[in-house]
Amino acid sequence: MGKRSVIPFGPQHPVLPEPIHIDLVVEDEKVVEAIPSIGFVHRGLESLAEKKDFNQMVYVAERTCGICSFQHGMGYCESVEHIFGVEVPRRARFLRTIWAELSRMHSHLLWLGLLADGFGYENLFYQCWRIREKILDLHELTAGGRLIFSVNKVGGVTKDIEKEKLEEILRTLDEADDELRVIRSVFFEDRTVLSRLKGVGVLSKEQINELGAVGPFARASGVRVDMRMLGYAAYNELSFIPIVSNDGDCYARCFIRMMELFQSIKLIREAIGKIPEEKEIEVPVKGNPDGEYFMRVEQPRGEAFYYVKASGKPLLDRMRIRTPTFANIPALCEMLKSSEIADVGLLVLTIDPCISCTER
Amino acid sequence: MANITRSPWLLHYDGSSCNGCDIEVLACLTPVYDAERLGVMNTGDPMQADIFLITGGINSQNQATVKQLYDQMPNPKVVVAVGVCACTGGIFKECYNILGGADTTVPVDIYVPGCAARPQAIIDGIIQAVELFQKRSDDYKAMVKEKKRRG
Repeated sequence: MGKRSVIPFGPQHPVLPEPIHIDLVVEDEKVVEAIPSIGFVHRGLESLAEKKDFNQMVYVAERTCGICSFQHGMGYCESVEHIFGVEVPRRARFLRTIWAELSRMHSHLLWLGLLADGFGYENLFYQCWRIREKILDLHELTAGGRLIFSVNKVGGVTKDIEKEKLEEILRTLDEADDELRVIRSVFFEDRTVLSRLKGVGVLSKEQINELGAVGPFARASGVRVDMRMLGYAAYNELSFIPIVSNDGDCYARCFIRMMELFQSIKLIREAIGKIPEEKEIEVPVKGNPDGEYFMRVEQPRGEAFYYVKASGKPLLDRMRIRTPTFANIPALCEMLKSSEIADVGLLVLTIDPCISCTER
Repeated sequence: MANITRSPWLLHYDGSSCNGCDIEVLACLTPVYDAERLGVMNTGDPMQADIFLITGGINSQNQATVKQLYDQMPNPKVVVAVGVCACTGGIFKECYNILGGADTTVPVDIYVPGCAARPQAIIDGIIQAVELFQKRSDDYKAMVKEKKRRG
């Protein structure tokens, strides 16, 4: 048995642009314990609910995270809409679904790029980000912003997507689909990639259930959990089946996210096919919210949980967000135990950590 | 840009940003926007970096880290605050845990606005930083020369 020593990992380090700090207790090359410490990005965003009214809070909720910004805004808006008891126009729900799936695509492409960089394939990293730029161009075309495009509002959406732009989305998705098929073969078949990902960081279904992991991370271990099955926005009108794998290793996590990209393309195509031709994209919301609501949405990283409590005043009593990465950190620490020190960067990446979500 | 003779290296640190500016900084360095054609290169090591890009505001937990990273960088150095949070604190200015923009902790030379800052704006900030860095290193050289002359 070797001597135990502690290696600090982070907060500033090359694998991730975001700061996370993990103390790795190592014995020779093996990690025996991982102790995370968070708080580098903590802003105290929920406390802004005391200072900004429920309409302004949409913009704050969107800035919880720059990557899944749209879905944060959507989760918050839907929970306030449920308190008001208003029915959002059908077209607005379809528009939300389209934007939500586009942002899922850009998030997964970002992650695949970082993963490729993580195992040393710089070219593949750039290829993933090249396709991602096409999705960001679609964001810009339809909503006017690249990452944070405030189109959500309580009662609907602020912008409509015209027919020509919907056609443009379909055209770009066709291109992206072809290019993704080329990249997919590298991720799924390349010998070096397989040797880095296959059988690394295995978590069983029982472990995942016990530690409460969510999202693609949990689905890679065979847990059939996907909040889109709840049918918020327009998901109840689309044919949606969650993608699940039983391997539970890094390869399975890569597989799930890659297949979800194709699933998102399919969902967007279906949504554009079914989108109703009505003019209304928002309903007027009068007065102040009174009541409380729990809302769960599926973000690219997993289940995000919104709790909103209001008591008939413009300022909310409480807003609480629980984000997917926060739920995944216990499982990450379990996974890091008994891993090789060289794999730590890759393992941290495979939960797709979003630290600014986690710490809010 | 004609007088640029140096290739400064970039260090990027995420203060307490929402991630939006961080991934735009990363997107800047990929071939679509390709900030590297300006001679800069992204590095993870503060000891080799010349330009410090900060995104997000400063909070009590990361203040020491930002200060330490800045101190570890060799002279001369340039600090760029990317995004409105790093400039002033932005939408999070009223949060209990935000002390303010990056200039509360380190001297900021160039402010890049935007929420999230667009890649074009970031590239413009980097160009200004490269020019400022050139000027500072010229001044620094002149100062060393002067010192030597005086003995």
